[in-house]
Amino acid sequence: MSQIKHTKEHEWIDVDDDIGTVGITDYAQEQLGDVVYVELPEVGAIIEQGAVAAVVESVKAASEVYAPVSGEVVEVNSGLEDNPALVNESAMNDGWFIKVRVIEATQLDGLLDSVAYQKLVDDAD
Amino acid sequence: MSIGEDSKKTPLYDLHVELGAKMVPFGGYHMPLNYPLGVLGEHKHTRVEAGLFDVSHMGQVRISGEDADSALEMLVPADIKGLRLNNLRYTVFTNVSGGVLDDLIVTRREKHLDLVVNASRQEVDLCHLKEQLSPSCTVKRMCDHALIALQGPSAATVLARHIPKVEKLRFMSSITLDSGAMSGISVSRSGYTGEDGFEISLPSVNAEAMWTALLSEPEVTAVGLAARDSLRLEAGLCLYGHELNEGTTPVEANLSWTMGKRRRIEGGFIGDTTILAQLKEGPGRVLVGIRPLDRAPAREGAEIHDDNGDPIGLVTSGGYGPSVGGPIAMGYVETKNSAVQTSFALKVRERWLAAKVVELPFVPHRYCK
Repeated sequence: MSQIKHTKEHEWIDVDDDIGTVGITDYAQEQLGDVVYVELPEVGAIIEQGAVAAVVESVKAASEVYAPVSGEVVEVNSGLEDNPALVNESAMNDGWFIKVRVIEATQLDGLLDSVAYQKLVDDAD
Repeated sequence: MSIGEDSKKTPLYDLHVELGAKMVPFGGYHMPLNYPLGVLGEHKHTRVEAGLFDVSHMGQVRISGEDADSALEMLVPADIKGLRLNNLRYTVFTNVSGGVLDDLIVTRREKHLDLVVNASRQEVDLCHLKEQLSPSCTVKRMCDHALIALQGPSAATVLARHIPKVEKLRFMSSITLDSGAMSGISVSRSGYTGEDGFEISLPSVNAEAMWTALLSEPEVTAVGLAARDSLRLEAGLCLYGHELNEGTTPVEANLSWTMGKRRRIEGGFIGDTTILAQLKEGPGRVLVGIRPLDRAPAREGAEIHDDNGDPIGLVTSGGYGPSVGGPIAMGYVETKNSAVQTSFALKVRERWLAAKVVELPFVPHRYCK
């Protein structure tokens, strides 16, 4: 059974067995504005928790996307190559960035659940 | 420059907030970065129909005095004496080493010269003007004036519904309305998007009414700073603090065309020794248009390397060009590497992007000449 967790930096991770799908939250895409390019890591790369996993470019600026947990990249969303606007249209679904094999499942416990994340966003506004 | 809490508000601040704009500090003012339509939509709408911009943060300065034009010619390399009544000229304030203090527009009015300067540079400019032009000229900041730009292929049709006379204006000329409710409003056919369009200088008290009237036209949408920047970049136009600064000359910035023929021969402006020598011998480095060949944009500060891997310059502005449909940039490179089609590598986040020199502008200008 899967549960979505969030980081304070506005990434989400949805873990099913040991595979976590990672993206940025709807709040994050709204803040960024129109996404025009997403730089994704190579499949097979090992990314430490908190390290830069991807870079998302809006018209105005480049923003880093951090790995919510440590893991090996097993798949990247090739759909973003032709249609980076997917991040704006469907941040929580079709606009996912990468899938990682989670190395330390305990890292997930330190992340925010949906209620805690929503509170963070509400407080920011 | 003051930012954040200390930022000033333009007369249109409340309307921007009401429209749902994302407000950011810029040049000492609270300015709309984008409206709910978003930067891509705002950009494209301006190229197809018309965009409305609040540019009231820009400094409006009035210079009066018997020989104001001769006096101003000491500070800029443009032909100001030859500037005809109600015509505009784009130029730069130069420093002793030929660098640029600011870029500006000069308009000749009947009794004075009106200047529009960058928001972030207005304090520097005012000090410079007062220091250099007093006591023969008076230098007055038009704090009680707003500036609104209407840009795009529909701009003329739209504005003519309110001010019929503007249809006859040509690019870089202006009229001042002197009767009725519009009295005191100056309209110039100019702008910084590469499109046909107008800039309207008017008393702050009239700003809300003008903004609202124009925005209620079906062709018009409000456009924020983000799209303003992508539009000017596609148009290949320089932005102070990016392409222009005190260490860059107008010759290097491809602005030699702004210098009058007489001024190139006679000189007589601050920094003329350096600038005239560069005109004669050619500058060592020059501003070029750059197209990264893949989809990733290169931003300001990205290193430019030649085919041998040697560093030859830096990107000064870069991003995604919505009308180009891909990444675009401008930057300075050694003159010997500046020919169109020259290939480069740009260093972006430890990766190398292939790029080549292209002609500027990226999107053809559509001025009403």
